[in-house]
Amino acid sequence: MSDPSVTVVPAFWALGAAGLLGLLASVAAIVDGLLSARAAGAAAGTGWSRPAGEVARLMWQRRRATVAADTLLWRTGGAGLLVMALMIVTVVPLGAWTLFDLDVGVVWFNAMDVLAWAFVWLTGWGANSAHALVGGYRFLAYGLAYELPLMFALVAPAVAASSLNVGTIAAAQQGLWFVTWMPLAFLVFCMGVLAIAMWGPFSAAVAPDVAGGVSAELSGVDRLLFLGGRYALLAAGAAFAVPMFLGGGAGPLLPAWLWVLVKTLALLAALVWLRRRLPVVRPDLFMEIGWVVLLPAVLLQDLLVAGIALARS
Amino acid sequence: MVSHVAFWVLAVVAVLAGAAVFIVNSMARASYALAVSFIGVGLQVLLLQQNYVGVVTILMMVMEMAVMAVYMIMFMGMNPALMPMSMVHDKRHALAVSIGVFVLLAAGTLIVPWPTRRGTPPADVTMTLGEELMGPKMLVMAAVGVVMAATIVAGVVLAAHQTRYDRFGDDLRRRPADDPQPGGVGR
Repeated sequence: MSDPSVTVVPAFWALGAAGLLGLLASVAAIVDGLLSARAAGAAAGTGWSRPAGEVARLMWQRRRATVAADTLLWRTGGAGLLVMALMIVTVVPLGAWTLFDLDVGVVWFNAMDVLAWAFVWLTGWGANSAHALVGGYRFLAYGLAYELPLMFALVAPAVAASSLNVGTIAAAQQGLWFVTWMPLAFLVFCMGVLAIAMWGPFSAAVAPDVAGGVSAELSGVDRLLFLGGRYALLAAGAAFAVPMFLGGGAGPLLPAWLWVLVKTLALLAALVWLRRRLPVVRPDLFMEIGWVVLLPAVLLQDLLVAGIALARS
Repeated sequence: MVSHVAFWVLAVVAVLAGAAVFIVNSMARASYALAVSFIGVGLQVLLLQQNYVGVVTILMMVMEMAVMAVYMIMFMGMNPALMPMSMVHDKRHALAVSIGVFVLLAAGTLIVPWPTRRGTPPADVTMTLGEELMGPKMLVMAAVGVVMAATIVAGVVLAAHQTRYDRFGDDLRRRPADDPQPGGVGR
């Protein structure tokens, strides 16, 4: 059931949403640039311009070609991450406005995040390079471990709000944010976002020990799209967490749309910051952690949420 | 009008992508041609306003193709999967069977008297579907779920070369298990 408090805006606002996502991804890149500059002991000023410099460099760089590459699949995979992020934000309400008031918005997010399995592996496959393919399979190993906990983490807010519609879920937590009584589901969701974006602890698929893994042979515009797609996925994941766990537009003084942006930016900055705070987990070891620890834990969380929802209704 | 055009475009894409599965010469292309075909079908289900079924079709099929890539390495070995190869085997019999099935199904759609609609669709089809699955059909669904899980586990056990005697020793007492790929929680 869709929620009457949400207004569907005309389709041309999709351009605005895309621009906003681009802005958030740029902010994420700048935050990462600042943190890298600080970690390297360079002046903070060099961090600001780092993303812009990288964009300019990649736009200018000549495309590298590999022998017998499957160009169609390679390019599809590389550009796909950005498409995924754009599709995710279509169902995220910005305060009272949404582009796509889908009654099964939560399942939509899930279907879009599963596309990462296809796109990352295809990027690894297409280059016809051993290191890239190893990276692709590392991602699939992560995927087998993180996807089910992530799915069951998405179940918790949907059960609590008795709806799969993102706007209704946001409206259901006007009194109490879901993150307060389903913290484990929130943490597992954030883990899933990090994993989809191959970020921080889940960066083994693009790690230096396999010469950049999936991105080993990417260059020029292809690399720019892939990198931009990773930042955009972080931003889209943070934006989706706001109506799911962080109360949507709820907050004092500021208008609802501004609260959504503020919360998204705060979570996004935290996710970017985590990159330098957590070690990379090995895909083979994480497989068992995902199935033996995270999946039962998140199922218990769902049971608890279902019990509370039943008692309240 | 728009939904008519979308329906036919998606139908053509789904059929062509389905045909491409047998024409291309790489397992990756075949897998993802199948995924594109299923995405077309999933979007058509969305046009039928079965939103949950449509989105879940896309979700499951894309994931399934990625899992296929995992199995490709697990059980086929790297080399054959990575080389260009024909996607058809035993062409004559396969062609006969597929033409037969097509004729049967096509004849069915033409000959069967289609029922006229009784009643009206419910306001929230997702909710009705959930109530149907979790209510009167609960026992069937629960049994099917267990059978499917058991099939998957049995399939992997039969295909894997390692047995519990390899893991735990002849007396099954060795701890931790001797695994080629150690797990993350130290069992």
